[in-house]
Amino acid sequence: METYSALRHLADSWFLLAMTLLFLGLCLWPFRPWAKVTHQDVAASIFRNDDHPADATPANKEA
Amino acid sequence: MWDYFKLAGLGFVAVCAAIAANYAHDLAYQVNALEVMLAAGIAFLWVLRTAGDPKPDVQHEYFDSVIRAGAIATAFWGVVGFLVGVVIASQLAFPWLNFEFLQGFGNFGRLRPLHTSAVIFAFGGNALIMSSFYIVQRTSAARLFGGSLGWFVFWGWQLVIVLAASGYVLGATQAKEYAEPVWYVDILITVVWVAFLVTFMGTLLKRKEPHIYVANWFLLSMILTVAMLHLVNNLAIPVSIFGSEQVQLFSGVQDAMVQWWYGHNAVGFFLTAGFLGMMYYFVPKQIERPIYSYKLSIIHFWALIFLYIWAGPHHLHYTALPEWASTLGMVFSIMLWMPSWGGMINGLMTLSGAWDKLRTDPIVRMMVVSIGFYGMSTFEGPMMSIKAVNSLSHYTDWTIGHVHSGALGWNGMITFGVLYYLVPRLWNREGLYSLKLVSWHFWLATIGIVLYASSMWVTGIMEGLMWREVDANGFLVNAFADTVAAKFPMYVVRASGGALFLTGALIMCWNLWMTVRAQPAKASQNSMVPAE
Repeated sequence: METYSALRHLADSWFLLAMTLLFLGLCLWPFRPWAKVTHQDVAASIFRNDDHPADATPANKEA
Repeated sequence: MWDYFKLAGLGFVAVCAAIAANYAHDLAYQVNALEVMLAAGIAFLWVLRTAGDPKPDVQHEYFDSVIRAGAIATAFWGVVGFLVGVVIASQLAFPWLNFEFLQGFGNFGRLRPLHTSAVIFAFGGNALIMSSFYIVQRTSAARLFGGSLGWFVFWGWQLVIVLAASGYVLGATQAKEYAEPVWYVDILITVVWVAFLVTFMGTLLKRKEPHIYVANWFLLSMILTVAMLHLVNNLAIPVSIFGSEQVQLFSGVQDAMVQWWYGHNAVGFFLTAGFLGMMYYFVPKQIERPIYSYKLSIIHFWALIFLYIWAGPHHLHYTALPEWASTLGMVFSIMLWMPSWGGMINGLMTLSGAWDKLRTDPIVRMMVVSIGFYGMSTFEGPMMSIKAVNSLSHYTDWTIGHVHSGALGWNGMITFGVLYYLVPRLWNREGLYSLKLVSWHFWLATIGIVLYASSMWVTGIMEGLMWREVDANGFLVNAFADTVAAKFPMYVVRASGGALFLTGALIMCWNLWMTVRAQPAKASQNSMVPAE
């Protein structure tokens, strides 16, 4: 019972606060003003390297 | 040298399996041991025949052969799973289909877990492994990590499926929904899953792209969470190493809570996060436009991760579970509305500026309908988790209808779309054999789902109302058998909806087969190996 009460107390207080703050932080992080370029680049990354890995092919090296 | 170790290991496994089959306490264990012996024997012969063969340098190519195998396995297990589904739906409508000579093997109770595992873990699992391998290589611009470890993941997973399926029919089960496989299959699942994680993580670590595309976040969270869920929910002690019986470590309400923590997150991570990974890659690719909002996709991810894991208790409303736990599960389920709909909007709005593709491209149509069903079933689910609604819906066929609108509509349709996308590319073909057949598949599947879901709404709500109906003196009006009789027409509608869905899948198999057989190969523009 001791362990249960201690864990329950932790879960209800500091840990809940920490998890909530972490969650809000992670959700706000993408809104940092300098992220826009990165996001555009990552979103477009799926249109590259469709046929073979990057800079591994002879064809690629020639280009 | 490595081949000698492999040969020794496989030979050892085959001998141990033969001994285990000899000492087996029950039929399921014996058959499973023989299957392992056979698999190890075949692998032994394969390694022996190819030992010492020169290994071509393939670092400048993607590891696509295992993905081709995955596409075949996905289509094959899909058809098997849907077929068993139609059989058991018919058994519910017409009980004489539980044939006397098949009692104990082919009756509803034995076939039902076969159906659920076949569609979730065989069809869905192969779809996830195949897509993960495809996506992680393309978005990392690197060949799959671990050499032929990808083949181990693929064949290991097929062995898991065969062992589990034959075990169910012969009566080996640990009686946990969606976690029926017995202890030794659970160990094999763990080994295969860790290998899956190693290939996936390894590829991410050696990526050539600076950032990790969001689809990989979803897929990685699926792999990690499923590993955690699987380990905790399958904590059990075997009765004998020569038998398929085991005793669960948890008991009573703890066991129930752990089971539904597992069960709900199997839906949340296996069937949602993993398939969202597929959506975030293949939908933009098919539409040829980047995802509508990358920011939204990140928020979608974190919200899903933080909220889903708490939703399990809604499966145990009005049971011995403490009130606070079931309220917690309900509240978190309702909060899931937001990220789910955010994700749906993100997927749908990717089409903005290209809505005409809905008319011209049946594959886009399929993907869009699947996202629509994602939104619909993630609306329905939280609604059903509300205690007042749950008191009506729980234990009725409404639940089954809800599951199938998610599984057939969301998981099924997105997988079909992915198969239509992948097969021409993997086999280097100009395009699909027939877009008209894709349209046929689309309509058969959609009408099938609509028949399925609507008949289950009707029959579920009807039986829920019949169960709680009391007369003026407070006595129950209906016997359980009355509800069964009243449900008959809806069961027939459900089975025919399933048959339409199965027909669509068969048309897809024909179409994909003809794409590989009869379509001209794409003009080779690089050093890609032609498809075998």
